[in-house]
Amino acid sequence: MAKIVVQNLTKIYGDEPRKALELLRDGYSKEEILTRTGQTVAVGGISFEVKEGETFILMGLSGSGKSTVIRCINRLLEPTTGSICVDGKRVEEMDKRELRAFRGQKIGMVFQQFALFPHRTVLDNVAFGLETKGVPKGERYERSEEILVRVGLAGWKAKRPDELSGGMKQRVGLARALAVDPDILLMDEPFSALDPLIRNEMQEELLSLQQRIKKTIIFVTHDLGEGLKLGDRMAIMRDGRIDQTGTGKEIFSHPANDYVAKFVQKVDVTRMLTAEEIMIQPGEILNLLEGPQLAIRKMELCDTDYIFVIGRDRKLKGIVWVKDALKLAEKGEKGIQGILKQADTVHPTTSIEDIYLRMGRTGRSLAVVDGGGNFMGAVTARSILSLLAEGRKGP
Amino acid sequence: MPKIPIGDAVNSFINFLKEDLSWVFDGISGVLDNAISALESFLDFIPPIALIFLLCFIILLVTTKGITIWSFVGLLLIYDLELWSELIRILVLVLVAVILALIISIPVGIWMTRSKTVERITFPILDFMQTMPSFVYLVPAAMLFGIGPVPGLLATLVFAIPPPVRLTYLGITQVPGDLKEAARAFGASDRQVLTKVELPLSLPSIMAGVNQCIMLGISMVVIASMIGAPGLGRVVLTAVNRLDMAMGFEGGLAIVILAMILDRFSRKMGEYEKIFERFGKIKQKLKGVVH
Ligand SMILES: Nc1ncnc2c1ncn2[C@@H]1O[C@H](COP(=O)(O)OP(=O)(O)OP(=O)(O)O)[C@@H](O)[C@H]1O
Ligand SMILES: [Mg+2]
Repeated sequence: MAKIVVQNLTKIYGDEPRKALELLRDGYSKEEILTRTGQTVAVGGISFEVKEGETFILMGLSGSGKSTVIRCINRLLEPTTGSICVDGKRVEEMDKRELRAFRGQKIGMVFQQFALFPHRTVLDNVAFGLETKGVPKGERYERSEEILVRVGLAGWKAKRPDELSGGMKQRVGLARALAVDPDILLMDEPFSALDPLIRNEMQEELLSLQQRIKKTIIFVTHDLGEGLKLGDRMAIMRDGRIDQTGTGKEIFSHPANDYVAKFVQKVDVTRMLTAEEIMIQPGEILNLLEGPQLAIRKMELCDTDYIFVIGRDRKLKGIVWVKDALKLAEKGEKGIQGILKQADTVHPTTSIEDIYLRMGRTGRSLAVVDGGGNFMGAVTARSILSLLAEGRKGP
Repeated sequence: MPKIPIGDAVNSFINFLKEDLSWVFDGISGVLDNAISALESFLDFIPPIALIFLLCFIILLVTTKGITIWSFVGLLLIYDLELWSELIRILVLVLVAVILALIISIPVGIWMTRSKTVERITFPILDFMQTMPSFVYLVPAAMLFGIGPVPGLLATLVFAIPPPVRLTYLGITQVPGDLKEAARAFGASDRQVLTKVELPLSLPSIMAGVNQCIMLGISMVVIASMIGAPGLGRVVLTAVNRLDMAMGFEGGLAIVILAMILDRFSRKMGEYEKIFERFGKIKQKLKGVVH
């Protein structure tokens, strides 16, 4: 069953929403309605469902109504018409008390500009949601400290928000949302205010966190790359309506209309690729039991100065460099154990951006290794270059 | 064009209040009178030197060592000038006026941020209170409450209430909307939004209002000595009437000293966390002494 069901949601800013609604029903556009009635149709009748444990992306340009939608879900804004069901309960029918309980227990929210309380310490910020529920001090601090450890800010609990960097602030924002252990996370462009490196880092962290905590997430962004990376499904919004809902690949391969096609075309699709998709099978690999002579020969064959070493179980054991192998061969030793070095590895699902970053730093090839330690292939400078040479290719 | 009889209307209104509602004013007057004299006799009862030390201890808790030392010197000087009893009278009047003013003004300032109607009604009233020359209401106040500290107190209230109302309102409206939104998103009730977000964030502004309230309170209590408010103000007034420059200067100097102490004190009151910290330290030291 769907966790969140939004049906026919409209939100009109202005004091005469009725007039605007009529025009909306008659099919007038947002712009026409604004000039005729002075009312802004921020959201003009949208429906979507979010499944339990799914990350759902609301994507669209500035002013398309993403923030308005996300704020209607916990009724920070009152919807003009339409219904929102969470776990089968109608949010728009909740009275004040129910709404408070719903916000305090089911929902954690993360904001673009962090919205941390400047007069409170990091710990008190994180504990805020528990505090409003009347959780005793000891308990809420204990819980908040656990969460702070999880987001990597254990040592910062006594600091004030203005002493933190942007990335750290948003970690606190995330911790504050997680502290109440909500089912649902509402994230309104949480990483847009961060610089690209930090943004990437935070995205990775959110991904790995989500693998463990399995929350239902609605994530707003105007960055298609970010949406594709983090989302299971996404809705493309324009002028308060949804043009298309689906997985990234669905939207790419079958854009619903010209607007969506144009929208997705702008993105560098190579950014969607992962290690698995760009890795190659190296010409030669060394078996753990083979000697330095053979290693040198194999390296000559594929014209490299290194070779990955695997065991008989196909698990990666390490890497051997040619200079070490040559020294060893001179001494006439048989085993390569002594010169086996740790290899740089990546997971099959690691994004291309991370691979760029890591290879850019070391210049070395990366071994692709799955969760069980099995060697699956390698990402080399050559595979990256050929990818760039191919240019923009579809997934 | 005929003259609209505003003045006559006010006249008959005051007469109506005086004749038909005198029991109300007598009641208010009685309560305040008693409170003021109780406080005065309590402070009179403490030997001046002991009181100076006590006050300086409180000043030290809230402010710095430097301010405390200057306050000590200033208070001793007032004592030496034989103006101590007048100081107590003006201090009591200012304190009662300020406390009453804050009890009224801070909630009104908060209320203004909650209701457009209240906001619309309050602003012109504040303008009226702040710009209407005080002499104009000193006379009716004396007519309704008789001569003495009470009409002076009420006239002072008129003057001291508007700044904290405005600054409370200003402080709360300046709290960023996204912080209030975040608080609500985490399940805060209206009251929690007020106490956990809006008030703490507008504290500097509110404390500026408190400071203004105190300073205006002092200046007005001095003026109110014309309708019988006791204290240093009356010293100055008497001196002016007698053309006694020496006495006038001494009284004026004492008022300046009091004003400066209260100003510095109220400026530091907003740093309540530091004050609690110091208080905690002293408590621990005392415990150490006992054990
Ligand atoms: N308080 C408001 N009063 C009137 N109109 C508003 C208000 N808030 C938003 N709007 C309008 O509603 C529309 C949708 O705004 P919304 O903030 O939801 O867009 P968004 O997709 O989140 O954009 P952004 O990426 O800039 O955050 C816009 O046209 C905006 O001008
Ligand atoms: Mg937005």
